[in-house]
Amino acid sequence: MTRYAMVVDLRRCVGCQTCTAACKLANSTPPGVMWRRVVDVETGTFPNVQRVFVPTSCQHCDNPPCVAACPSEATRKRDDGIVIQDYEMCIGCGYCVTACPYEARFKVEAVDFAYGDEPMRHEAERYNDDMNGVVQKCTFCVDTIDAGIARGLTPGIDPDATPACVNSCIANALTFGDLDDPDSNVSKKLRENRYFRMHEEEGTGSNMYYLWDKGEITL
Amino acid sequence: MKQTRKVASGPWPRLQRAWDIRAAFNFVGGGTGAGLLVMALLAALDGRAWFVAAFLGLAFVAFGLFMVLLEIGKPWRAFNVFHHPQTSWMTREGVVALPLFACGGAALGLNLLGLERAGVIALAATTACALGFLYCQARILRAARGIPTWRNPALTPYILAAGPAEGASLYVALAVWTDGGTAWALPLAMALVVARALCWLWYRKGLDRTGAPEASLEVLDRMAPGFHLAGLALPLGLMAAALLGMPGGAIMATAGGLLAAIAGWQAKRVLITRAARTQGVAIPRTPVRGRGQSHAGARPGWIGR
Repeated sequence: MTRYAMVVDLRRCVGCQTCTAACKLANSTPPGVMWRRVVDVETGTFPNVQRVFVPTSCQHCDNPPCVAACPSEATRKRDDGIVIQDYEMCIGCGYCVTACPYEARFKVEAVDFAYGDEPMRHEAERYNDDMNGVVQKCTFCVDTIDAGIARGLTPGIDPDATPACVNSCIANALTFGDLDDPDSNVSKKLRENRYFRMHEEEGTGSNMYYLWDKGEITL
Repeated sequence: MKQTRKVASGPWPRLQRAWDIRAAFNFVGGGTGAGLLVMALLAALDGRAWFVAAFLGLAFVAFGLFMVLLEIGKPWRAFNVFHHPQTSWMTREGVVALPLFACGGAALGLNLLGLERAGVIALAATTACALGFLYCQARILRAARGIPTWRNPALTPYILAAGPAEGASLYVALAVWTDGGTAWALPLAMALVVARALCWLWYRKGLDRTGAPEASLEVLDRMAPGFHLAGLALPLGLMAAALLGMPGGAIMATAGGLLAAIAGWQAKRVLITRAARTQGVAIPRTPVRGRGQSHAGARPGWIGR
């Protein structure tokens, strides 16, 4: 089996938001809709404070609350673990938005472009009217992955089969791959580092892992 | 056509914008409608007129569902809501609504045709469906795992208690002016209003047990004194005065009933549109950089566990 996951090395992320910009360019999301974003978290008390940059998006959970909540089966989990959204089935009720513990879903009310009423070139190229009036979210760039696999490429290794955010990261903080393959890049990183998953207590089985130190002991 | 630009930034819990006042109306309509249908059935079993209460109950449920239809992005795909009964409480709510309106329509029709006994049987089936509908609504909120103030298990009993309390209070406000009678309705409404208040306190303590966004708790705590005054103390006093046969009892019962119902509706509006914050971002550890150490993480904007 295949189970795609993303590993985020918090030690490397510098909060540059290049992945955010790459995602917006690749997926042409409307203003205010960020399938991928980097959250700036400040910890500690003065003078011992620290900033942590936390990239986040749809976590493609093993037990996705959005899938259970969706009344129309527009949200589904593929065999490879990727949670997808069928824009032609979605009724735009927004229930999945409230069901997601990661704020990863966006209900788009109407057509909106970044600058005025006319779309920019990438917005025009990627425009899909089916995505208005419904809920949208990160797909791990599933089209790229599927096209890459069809060409014999390996997601997470070959850029043409890898999500745009991972390809764009300037600090190599993002890694994508197959968690069920013990020799994959993500499996190796998880073996060699300590990690946590966000809101683990919710039992969602997030497939986004955050590395915070070297070593094999996990939280 | 421009939409309001909503940027999800910052680690703090954010007010959800997916559901607005229209969604709140669904919970108001479902709860009050179910409560009115319960009261209509009790009136029928007592041999009193029940048509108006049953009609109003169905109208409340229908109004709530119509508001949902206005809220969804693709209303002409509304029938897709029936696709996922395996796990979705919203699908189940829709499924239960079908026999609810079928039985309700039959009950009203049979009553109009003078078939009283058959009408009451259909009304009993309608009421059972309405209670199922209300239960689905309570579970819809519980399954909204991204909103800590909704997913709290203690909210389920509150929603289940609030509906009958609102319906009974509204019934009392109407019944004193019609043939419905208030001999049993007044004390029942008072008991349900007290039960609703107790469930609210249980819910609020539940949020303390599980933790919740600070801003959500602030909203709920700011609302609580008014809710307990207008939704408990004043209605109880007015209904008790009416029960004791004081002059102007009918007016007091009406005022008490309306107050209790409106306070409940307001509480639901606040729950859905004002206190519904996401849980924000949480990190249990900070990353180790260079020769540094990892420190305890952070959960900005959160109170409790």
